[in-house]
Amino acid sequence: MTTLDSASETKDLHVTKEPYQILGFTRARLVFFLLFVAVVAIGPMVLYPIFLMKVYTFIIFACAYNLLLGFTGLMSFGHAAFFGMGAYLCGWTAVNLGLPPSLALLAGTAMGAVLGAIFGWVAIRRTGLYFAMITLALSQMVFFICLRTPFTGGEDGIQGVPRGDLFGFIPLGSDTVLYWTIAVITLLVVVLFNRIIHSPFGQVLRAIRNNPVRAQSLGYNVDRFKLISFIISAGLAGFAGSLKTIVFGIATLTDVSLVPSTEVVLINLVGGIGTIFGPVVGSFIILSIEHFLAPYGPYIFVFQGVVFMFFVLIFRQGLVGELQKLLKKHL
Amino acid sequence: MFDIPLNLILGQMVLGVVNGVFYAILSLGLAIIFGLLGVINFAHGVFFMLGAYCAYMLLNLLGLGYWEALILSPLIVGALGIFVEIFLIRFLYKLDHLYGLLLTMGLALLAEGLVRILFGPQGIPYSIPESLRGAYNLGFMFLPVYRAWVVVAGVILCLATWLIIERTPLGAKLRAATDNPQLVQAFGINVPIMLTLTYAAGVALAAFGGVMAAPIISVDPSMGTTIVIVVFAVVVIGGMGSILGSIVTGLGLGVLEGFTKAVFPEAASTVIFVAMAIVLVARPRGLFGKMA
Repeated sequence: MTTLDSASETKDLHVTKEPYQILGFTRARLVFFLLFVAVVAIGPMVLYPIFLMKVYTFIIFACAYNLLLGFTGLMSFGHAAFFGMGAYLCGWTAVNLGLPPSLALLAGTAMGAVLGAIFGWVAIRRTGLYFAMITLALSQMVFFICLRTPFTGGEDGIQGVPRGDLFGFIPLGSDTVLYWTIAVITLLVVVLFNRIIHSPFGQVLRAIRNNPVRAQSLGYNVDRFKLISFIISAGLAGFAGSLKTIVFGIATLTDVSLVPSTEVVLINLVGGIGTIFGPVVGSFIILSIEHFLAPYGPYIFVFQGVVFMFFVLIFRQGLVGELQKLLKKHL
Repeated sequence: MFDIPLNLILGQMVLGVVNGVFYAILSLGLAIIFGLLGVINFAHGVFFMLGAYCAYMLLNLLGLGYWEALILSPLIVGALGIFVEIFLIRFLYKLDHLYGLLLTMGLALLAEGLVRILFGPQGIPYSIPESLRGAYNLGFMFLPVYRAWVVVAGVILCLATWLIIERTPLGAKLRAATDNPQLVQAFGINVPIMLTLTYAAGVALAAFGGVMAAPIISVDPSMGTTIVIVVFAVVVIGGMGSILGSIVTGLGLGVLEGFTKAVFPEAASTVIFVAMAIVLVARPRGLFGKMA
């Protein structure tokens, strides 16, 4: 089986041991990370904070997706199921059980992980294109179930989710406090994402991506690693969906539809599949453009379609991928 | 479930065959394209939708009716397919198959968006042709003549495709090129043209299905994507190795869906996906598939 010629390290796994690493980042990546911190710090003075928070939740979502596609070589088309069900369960527990935000977020994350375990258990029996088709079909099933069951509130969704106080003392009701909370969480997720990729576990995942047969022959249980990667990715996607519910106070059918699944693939394709900062760059670009196109309805589909085709045909490595080729540094 | 009248169950199963015909036609095209081009055509459903919209435009712009549309619409969509293969898909053959899925997904989004802009998001009406109105009394149900026609025409179309691929010299070349394109090229057969025409034939088949579906399902911009995801599940269940397998699986799942509609209507839209999960757990390569 071939794998995506993703933009990350294929030949030189030894580069991960640089002498002066801060937060686990190499120097080039640290520069990128500090740039991101600067954007996060200046952002709310220039842009609408709610919009930025949406971008941050999608950065988390896209990192989750990139762990699977870029670093394990599995293309899922069903991540909306984890994102959306996480959003629903977070909203439902907060509204109906009165859970505080920390526990509601935990519930949403656990929902994503459990669903991921089920999806993964079924889908990992096949690889490549079949894997993509199976995850897509399973997520469509989740969509139909959500459409039918009363738990999701049908077409109305779950509305009026209270923000509450995180850990009892951080009042998320204020947009400023919520902004900084989500910004810090997002930065931590990016650090964690980089750590996972460069941990021994991450190295095994990349070995599987590059050559599953060889990884198997070296004694790694390929299917188990794929499943664990899938569950982590799904759990993180559920967490992103839960955060989205906290920010907007609403979970809807759109969250489990094909829309977020498409968006997360597009974000990674544009940012750079298999790069650490691809999801960050991709989320900012795609969501900004969609934000401006939102009043024009179906033109969003046309835009997404054209971007998909353009990047597949001409910039398969994505923006960060092209940049790292230019700088000869891994980003 | 035992207090449901048998007539209702039988009736829904017969109507399920109609849906099964569309699944069979679409999964057949998908399997042929995948076999030769190595591309999973996400845009397949969109071509199905374009077939229906094309029939609608032929009627409203040129005054051409159902029968003309049944011929012209697949030709027009097939020509579009030639264009798509030459200018887009051709550049992906050397790459990982997943890029083909991403490209055709972009194509599907683009086409669906354009249709939404041109025709609006609502469904459009398309009426059953004069000569196919009325219904047959089968004793346990009234079967509309049009649906009977769809089943007969669809099954004939599928069997004809199967015959062409399995029993003609053209089909032999096609199967040979699926197995080993380099060798076939070395024998002096123009493989690139074959790829183009195969893609065109596959999407023309989808458009034919679209025209047949236009009078009985709601013609709207999202009809293609909705059906293509179900067809993906059908393809996973059947496995893409066998043409006859695709046809049988498509029809069978249509019947299963009809049966569920009568017995447990809430699950009708999910039953095919559940069947897919069960087949994957029990027999990962699919009912008729080779391991891939």
